[in-house]
Amino acid sequence: MLRLIAKRLIAAVPSLFGVVVITFLLTRALPGDPAAYFAGGAATAEAIEQVRRQLGLDRPLPEQFLRYLGDLARGEFGLSLTTGQPVLTELAQRLPASLEIVLVALVVACGIAVPMGVLAAVRQGSWIDQVCRVITTAGVSLPTFFTGLLLAYVFYFLLGWAPSPMGRLDPIFSTPPVVTGFLLIDSLIARDAAIWWAAAKQLVLPVATMAIFVLAPIARMTRASMLGVLSSDFVRTARASGLTPATVLFTYALRNALLPVITTLGMVFGFMLGGSVIVEKVFGWPGIGSYAIDALTASDYAPVQGFVLTMGVLFVFVNLLVDLLYLLVDPRVSVDS
Amino acid sequence: MSAPRSFWSHARHVLTENPVTLFAALLFAGLVVLAIAGPWIAPFDPLASNSSAALQPPSARHWFGTDALGRDMLSRVIIATRLDLGIALAAVAASFVIGLPLGLAAGYFGGWWDRIVTRLSDTIMAFPLFVLAMGIVAALGNTVGNIVLATAVINLPFYIRVARAEANVRRSAGWIEAAKLSGNRDLRILAVHLLPNALPAAAVQVSLNMGWAILNAAGLSFIGLGVRPPEPEWGILVAEGAQYIVSGEWWVSLFPGAALMLAVFTFNLLGDALRDLLDPRRRS
Repeated sequence: MLRLIAKRLIAAVPSLFGVVVITFLLTRALPGDPAAYFAGGAATAEAIEQVRRQLGLDRPLPEQFLRYLGDLARGEFGLSLTTGQPVLTELAQRLPASLEIVLVALVVACGIAVPMGVLAAVRQGSWIDQVCRVITTAGVSLPTFFTGLLLAYVFYFLLGWAPSPMGRLDPIFSTPPVVTGFLLIDSLIARDAAIWWAAAKQLVLPVATMAIFVLAPIARMTRASMLGVLSSDFVRTARASGLTPATVLFTYALRNALLPVITTLGMVFGFMLGGSVIVEKVFGWPGIGSYAIDALTASDYAPVQGFVLTMGVLFVFVNLLVDLLYLLVDPRVSVDS
Repeated sequence: MSAPRSFWSHARHVLTENPVTLFAALLFAGLVVLAIAGPWIAPFDPLASNSSAALQPPSARHWFGTDALGRDMLSRVIIATRLDLGIALAAVAASFVIGLPLGLAAGYFGGWWDRIVTRLSDTIMAFPLFVLAMGIVAALGNTVGNIVLATAVINLPFYIRVARAEANVRRSAGWIEAAKLSGNRDLRILAVHLLPNALPAAAVQVSLNMGWAILNAAGLSFIGLGVRPPEPEWGILVAEGAQYIVSGEWWVSLFPGAALMLAVFTFNLLGDALRDLLDPRRRS
């Protein structure tokens, strides 16, 4: 078992390396000459050359890459030109806001899509199956930004059920002391139910937008995998042995059907990380996606690079986590090897 | 040769058997007409502003209403069709043309060639794809060409995988061995024997990818990358209307958003239909 875990860990190293190499290459492809940029508008050709040497931009690419690795190892992601703050600090401050939407939405989406997929498989061909099919096909065709705006229009403007779709917390509340950065957890630690409730209300629309976005892949996978398991020999045997339908369905079929669904979750998480950028823009959410968009509009590139790298590294770790989870959940993987 | 006729009769069967497919084909035809003849169909100049008619709700004169500058939304939505479909088509064509040979060669030759190509596609897949596309456009410059390039890059792994799998299962097949023994060079085997066999699977991938490519390009424009205002593009049109939707002017965002959704929906339905047509084994 330990050897298997070690193997998975090692397998993630090339992906991680690839992510760093691509981010580095994107850094070097930046528009304009960074040396001229840092030397200032009135700099002479000599001054620019001097800055170029200082920044190490006159060195061959492999050497620049090693320096880049060194910078990353020391946590130096550069400074944001607009705020003057280190990029790493700002990313770390804003990451929990992004993750809060993604994680809550993942739980909500699984909570809806898995039962939907199971129902569609158990009653294959029935109206439930048809409804499930329509919802999943429509779900993949909906642009996230469109869903978000539509939800804001209906639930904020028309019905008035949702709070103003701007930010994480209504400005009349003060943010609880930062412990984890997740408002839902920090407000619990501060024992402030009013803030928890306010934060939860702000979360509803962004989370719904994101959950609708990933409903389709989870539901489709659950349905397909459940259909496969339900027609397998061991389920037939379990039924023939006179076990109750509930035991067959939940203990025998569902547990086995969930394994491929876990594998899909890695991919789904990648969709969500990409989609979070758009959801954050729509709802004025102060996460790392809107940070990158603001930096892009201001032609401030260090935050964008930091953002791409953070997302890439995060995704590699999520996939690793999914792999390890699979090892833990499926005893056959460790028995077979 | 009876093959072409049986293909067409099969195509007619697929179209008439399922009304949804017929509906998708009609929608597709409509989109193509709008993309080609948009400038002649649009009732107004999409860029002509008219401050006396700003933010008007849909009416007999302006079916989709007008935006904050009084521009006719119907015309803007129609004109945008060409740009949106064009970007997606160019991107998908690029990943098809590059990904297919790369994948075929990887599957056929194996060895270090395979390792390099697989590593390349795995590295692309290691990113959340939309984020990688953002990074590429940010680094290379904010132009429509780079949107196409970024969308092509993030689609590349899917074509590589499809082509690699198709070549891999056939590389040791009897008829490939026979072709080799008759003195065909590797390049010829790849082009004449393996490529045609990989085309159906790749074609299905194309139509499934088109919808996704449209969504992706519109998403990039929505966050301010690539296409610049006042150029009409569905993602930008939705973004321009975003600030008005919370004060009740829904039409500015809704119609371009609906057009976008309809286009993606059309391609997704067509993808399913094409899969049924070309690859009966994988029918859903």
